[in-house]
Amino acid sequence: MPADRPEGLSRRDFLSVTGALAGAGMLAGKSSAEDEDLRKAGGGLGPAPVKFGLRVNGNDHEVTAEPRATLLDVLRDSLDLTGAKNACDRGECGACTVIVDGKAVYACMMLALQARGREIRTIEGLAKGEDLHPVQAAFIEKDGYQCGYCTPGQVMATVALLEKTPSPSGDQIRAGLCGNLCRCAAYNRIFEAAASAAKAK
Amino acid sequence: MAKRTLRVGYPGNYREVEVDSPDAEPAPWDADSKLAVVGKRSPRLEGADKVTGKAKYTADVKLEGMLIARVLRSPYARATVRSIGFAKALKMPGVKAAIEIAKAARFQGDPIAAVAAETEAQAEDAVRAIEVDWAVEEHVVDLEEARKPNAPRVQGGKNPNERGGEAQNTAAEEACSSALKKSHATVDITFTTPVVTHSCLESHGSVAKWESDGSLTVWDSTQGIFAVRDGLARGFQLPAEKVRVLKEHMGGGFGSKLGMGQHSMIAARLAREAKAPVKLMLTRKEEHLAGGNRPSSVQRVRAGADKEGKLTCLWLVSHGTGGINGGANCAAPLMSLYNCPVRRVWHADVMTNAGGAAAFRAPGHVQGMFALEGAMDELAGKLGLDPIEFRKKNDSNEMRHAEYGEGAKVAGWEGRAQLPNAGGPGKARGLGVAASIWGGGGGPGAQARCVISRDGAVEIQCGTQDIGTGTRTIIAMIAAEELGLKADQVRVKLGDTTLPYSHGSGGSMTAPSVTPAVRAAAAAARGRVFEACAKALKGNADSLTAKDGKVVAKDGTSISWAEACAKISGANVSEQATRAQNFKGYRDGTAGCQFAEVEVDLETGHVQVLRVVAVHDCGRVVNPLLAESQINGGIIQGLSYALFEQRILDDASGRMLNTNFSDYRIAGPKEVPEITVVLFDVSNGRTNTGVMGIGEPPIIPTPAAIANAVAHAIGKRISDLPITPDKVLAALGKK
Repeated sequence: MPADRPEGLSRRDFLSVTGALAGAGMLAGKSSAEDEDLRKAGGGLGPAPVKFGLRVNGNDHEVTAEPRATLLDVLRDSLDLTGAKNACDRGECGACTVIVDGKAVYACMMLALQARGREIRTIEGLAKGEDLHPVQAAFIEKDGYQCGYCTPGQVMATVALLEKTPSPSGDQIRAGLCGNLCRCAAYNRIFEAAASAAKAK
Repeated sequence: MAKRTLRVGYPGNYREVEVDSPDAEPAPWDADSKLAVVGKRSPRLEGADKVTGKAKYTADVKLEGMLIARVLRSPYARATVRSIGFAKALKMPGVKAAIEIAKAARFQGDPIAAVAAETEAQAEDAVRAIEVDWAVEEHVVDLEEARKPNAPRVQGGKNPNERGGEAQNTAAEEACSSALKKSHATVDITFTTPVVTHSCLESHGSVAKWESDGSLTVWDSTQGIFAVRDGLARGFQLPAEKVRVLKEHMGGGFGSKLGMGQHSMIAARLAREAKAPVKLMLTRKEEHLAGGNRPSSVQRVRAGADKEGKLTCLWLVSHGTGGINGGANCAAPLMSLYNCPVRRVWHADVMTNAGGAAAFRAPGHVQGMFALEGAMDELAGKLGLDPIEFRKKNDSNEMRHAEYGEGAKVAGWEGRAQLPNAGGPGKARGLGVAASIWGGGGGPGAQARCVISRDGAVEIQCGTQDIGTGTRTIIAMIAAEELGLKADQVRVKLGDTTLPYSHGSGGSMTAPSVTPAVRAAAAAARGRVFEACAKALKGNADSLTAKDGKVVAKDGTSISWAEACAKISGANVSEQATRAQNFKGYRDGTAGCQFAEVEVDLETGHVQVLRVVAVHDCGRVVNPLLAESQINGGIIQGLSYALFEQRILDDASGRMLNTNFSDYRIAGPKEVPEITVVLFDVSNGRTNTGVMGIGEPPIIPTPAAIANAVAHAIGKRISDLPITPDKVLAALGKK
């Protein structure tokens, strides 16, 4: 495990400055040098904004955000990457899905600080210039959307699924995408797009 | 007006009609029209923006110096504000403005005050710091409690909570009793449906910016930019032209975003107060509480039929609640679908201290069809008639007859009797059917402008909205057809109140209202191009045609579209057209029917919808790919309504208990059935395009078809939505 993973953040230090952050048990572990720097620079981890680095779509960014800010907030507000959407803000709908270290995650359920040192991929980094990723092309061809609001999340969830399971069965597609809601209910065509992209690869 | 003879109808059943169509418009397309672009499966033009995250929704708008707003909403179902203090809130970090909105709350979630701060978190903190001295008052949220004479008055004063009465032209009670007495078979069933919320993934929201000249620009997640503009203009006493409303992409509306919401006024008031642009997007909880809903219903249906299976009487007494406002009437299907000599409707809207209703995809029809078609199946059972045969005996719509025939084939209706045992041990399968009925013919008034530039570029300008239905794409296809181009050669500008007027996008009105204006504008602009290039082709302007990217003369000589447009004098030609009245053509409503096959787990009560066969018509189908998407979406929303969704209010506190997506369940990938769509392409001869809407029709029959399928599977009718496992087990006597 890399030393700068969020597990390296001291829970005691974190809680001492942010107050009750119940649910933060995942942050337990030993403090890292970066956290020391943060504390020195900001007088502690919050509540005031702190400066830290994020690696997004292959580029390193330095951001300033409150420790309570979610990865979704920081992507949208600080980095202007508004593809990932906020629709429920509590890990129920998947509109904010991004890929972190190869895994589809709800960006609204991860603190931005937890994403330090990780490889974050968002919808904005998927196409290579004008060349769409096969999943993106398949969503267009199969009409795998309607209003499009959940689409970035659906596309990222599909990409993560196909990277892990390159030739998924129908059931595997449903299981892989069951964390993503679509109120317009383009589901059948999202499944078709996923199957079609799997074939295209 | 020009008299024109059109061939109308649907495959296998065409006839000629003579119509009066406006002189200035191109001849209406009919069954004989050979079209190159319209009718083809074409991907959406904005597809690349949607799959790359470039598509900007209101929630994504970010302006220089923009503040974020949050609203203080009443935690009580009914209360008044004795005093409110902003001093602490205004001293919080980043806070720039605070406003008072109301002194009384009529439901949990009623807005009381709002703040704007530099960040969302700061705004949330500041809302918590507003000091309110509440006087909590007695509330009522239960539908039946609210009807009682001594119930707290939701609207205050002596106003009763219930407003009801007989429908117009309804039969007398005695006529119904007599007709029912004489009937060979009768049913008397009470159906109930819950309040459900639209649950659009993009919440309601606005970004408001006051310009230096005192005008107001608002980005709004809306289905009706002009409604928002006019609402804001009234609210701030500005001339309408001083307000500009923009909406390029919108994340779901389903009816809840047709009018101006309070959030738009709140954002604009805060922006004025703070002298900075303000963004206000509702949270998911606020969306459930105050974003609108489909009212509940309690529908007692009595129906009778004679020996031949002809309906003798349809009787409906219903009530329902749309919270603090909103009609809960759901009688339309019962009043319009079947032939019946004696019909009686009595309905009451009941006010409760809950968030107000809003139009929700086929208002009233979804609830009403669930009851009507449930009663029809029960009556068919008593008569010993096949459900489809019974329906056809009472339905004079020849198109729906044909649709039943086609659907029955695809759904395997013949093998229905054996189906309940086909699921294997512990499972029961069932197949149910239900009808759809909706208008969808559109109306006059929509405007479109076609601008053709000297370089051949084509732009359609229309102040309509693409709410995910594909409006942008079909507008381009209609214009491309008229101009002999490809759809992606047409740029479409919409979602801006500085463009020619169009209606709100709702009621399956958009495609039928907008496409005739687009076609007329494109035809007029094309005429101007023909005039400009006639000389070059040595012909008359009116003898030219545009096809395959060329302008072609009668003798076959042609020049490219670009060459033709280069002859335009000046920068461009620009023509605007206004959508005319519908003319009398073939028929003015859509029919449709659906078949649902379900599997019920007899141990757990779980219902899985295996397959839905949907047979629909919407006039001329502009783009089958998009029409089918609309139908898929309607079916799954209907499935979600039938099996999962319900707003749960706590009677004692008056609060909603499921303000999220874990406890308020909507259908997800695992619940999605196989869907087979059969589209009837109908030439209806009512406008120059003959296009009709398909937004509402596909949600209307789904819950009814699923409920009928469950009844077929287990031999017991569940007349209370949603059909949850506990109700199935209770019906099976296992609970």
